[in-house]
Amino acid sequence: MSLGPDDVKAIAHLARLNINEADIDNYAGSLSSILDLVAQMNTVNSDDVKPMAHPMDVSQRLRPDEVLEENQRERFQAIAPQTENGLYLVPKVIE
Amino acid sequence: MYHDKTLAELSAMLEAGEVTSVELTQAFLDRIKQYDPQINSFVTVSDELALKQAADADAQRKAGKATPLTGIPIAHKDIFCTLDVKTSCGSKMLDNFISPYDATVVEKMKQAGVVMLGKTNMDEFAMGSSNETSFYGPVKNPWNTDAVPGGSSGGSAASVAARLAPASTGTDTGGSIRQPASLCGISGLKPTYGRISRYGMIAFASSLDQAGPMAQTAEDCALLLNAMAGFDPKDSTSIEKAVPDYTASLNQDLNGLKIGLPKEYFGEGLDAGVAEIINTAIEQYRSMGAEIIDISLPNSNLAVPVYYVVAPAECSSNLSRFDGVRFGYRCEDPKDLEDLYKRSRGEGFGEEVKRRIMVGTYALSAGYYDAYYIKAQKLRRMISDDFTQAFKQVDVIMGPTAPSTAFNIGEKADDPVSMYLSDIYTIATNLAGLPGMSIPAGFSNNMPVGLQIIGNAFDESRILNVAHQYQQKTDWHKQIPAAFK
Repeated sequence: MSLGPDDVKAIAHLARLNINEADIDNYAGSLSSILDLVAQMNTVNSDDVKPMAHPMDVSQRLRPDEVLEENQRERFQAIAPQTENGLYLVPKVIE
Repeated sequence: MYHDKTLAELSAMLEAGEVTSVELTQAFLDRIKQYDPQINSFVTVSDELALKQAADADAQRKAGKATPLTGIPIAHKDIFCTLDVKTSCGSKMLDNFISPYDATVVEKMKQAGVVMLGKTNMDEFAMGSSNETSFYGPVKNPWNTDAVPGGSSGGSAASVAARLAPASTGTDTGGSIRQPASLCGISGLKPTYGRISRYGMIAFASSLDQAGPMAQTAEDCALLLNAMAGFDPKDSTSIEKAVPDYTASLNQDLNGLKIGLPKEYFGEGLDAGVAEIINTAIEQYRSMGAEIIDISLPNSNLAVPVYYVVAPAECSSNLSRFDGVRFGYRCEDPKDLEDLYKRSRGEGFGEEVKRRIMVGTYALSAGYYDAYYIKAQKLRRMISDDFTQAFKQVDVIMGPTAPSTAFNIGEKADDPVSMYLSDIYTIATNLAGLPGMSIPAGFSNNMPVGLQIIGNAFDESRILNVAHQYQQKTDWHKQIPAAFK
């Protein structure tokens, strides 16, 4: 499996990662070699095998929908990049 | 001189009143100050907090409320959230992150009276096998500072090997406790998936991540696991199962123990010097009454390919939370929201983390999901089934932890796939959710070699017993690198 520069750009966009133009060829090479490693999976037939998502094969535990956490807005916003009046600030989304 | 003592010995000294926690903590803080510049094993040293915790521990002991761990200073891997202390996960992304809460592991350690010396260096977001991907620079192996300590819990392993801490916590997603334990000559246990809470442990690959203890001996690991293990309602994959006293069965003799040797773990790719040491260790077990049985784990060769789909897929999802909005790194002057996301992530993450996010994003993208993620999950079951079959025949499985001793810093840094293969013997146990341990078994070219012991699910007691009995007959775990004696 070989990925080209355009593939890398498309994947980086999906992952919302800014990649320097100068690094794209390098990523194309290393991602392709990882996909070559991964392609060894195709040497095995697994048609009748059930996918395993959790090593202990248990289902997700549920709990009553109760409030367990106190509001700690000040504490959490103290480490935020930018806040105002208890709100997280980001660049304008709607003009 | 406290640093050459095991955690169990220090615990006995505290109990006997031969030393206070404040004295012990100060002694290790002094060693960190003196020696850590040579190996870079700490990101943060929390000396003020440590001395306060030590004074509290001494007061607890005076009040007759001590546990075996009360007053013992240890280090936490910088992946565990620690209240009001920087928690970087080895990344520029979290260089400014002061955690607003404690991980459950940290909380449980505090309750047991453990003192925190600081936070140890690690591969960025635990993605690496050499500690070279850390934003804070590589950790160096105390046995040879040109060599890597392994990873991702490289700082934890190196700090214990250099005797800068009696023990440390680690996490293991594909070998990140066992491989650095092997390369640094210490003991490290990855418990069964779900045995220890993942709450507050910064997530890499959630179906694989598991915390565990790293220390000089199996006995020390048992004491630590007693405090770390247990059900936690805050972790939805935590298992509701009683925690035994892991020290209770350490002294059982090994007569009749059935040890399986998977032929796939002794084939091509295994360094001859490492093979010789592992074979000697197996002979030691034979002389202790164990029965050695040849077994096969036929899908072993698929473990690394499967892992490099499952782990990146889960990491690409987990790391989407780092977006520059609520915490962590934010780029300068974003022109719009997309620019904010892309540049904060592009500048905040290192190269290996970006590589894995992209592999995972690709594997999960429309049109590729079945071919990669579902296929990998199917093969994951086949790998797991191999172990189920093997444990019908044997009590534990043994082999090398890593295919070679520590390689040099820079040697594999430009070739991710060759780096990934250094976890070839550890990854399968994570995929199967099983417990595994590495213990020191000797030296090849003056560098430590680790013996891996894999157990059935929730059979940590047996692994620790098997490791402890070996450590009663050998002294590899007592060796200290010359520069740190």
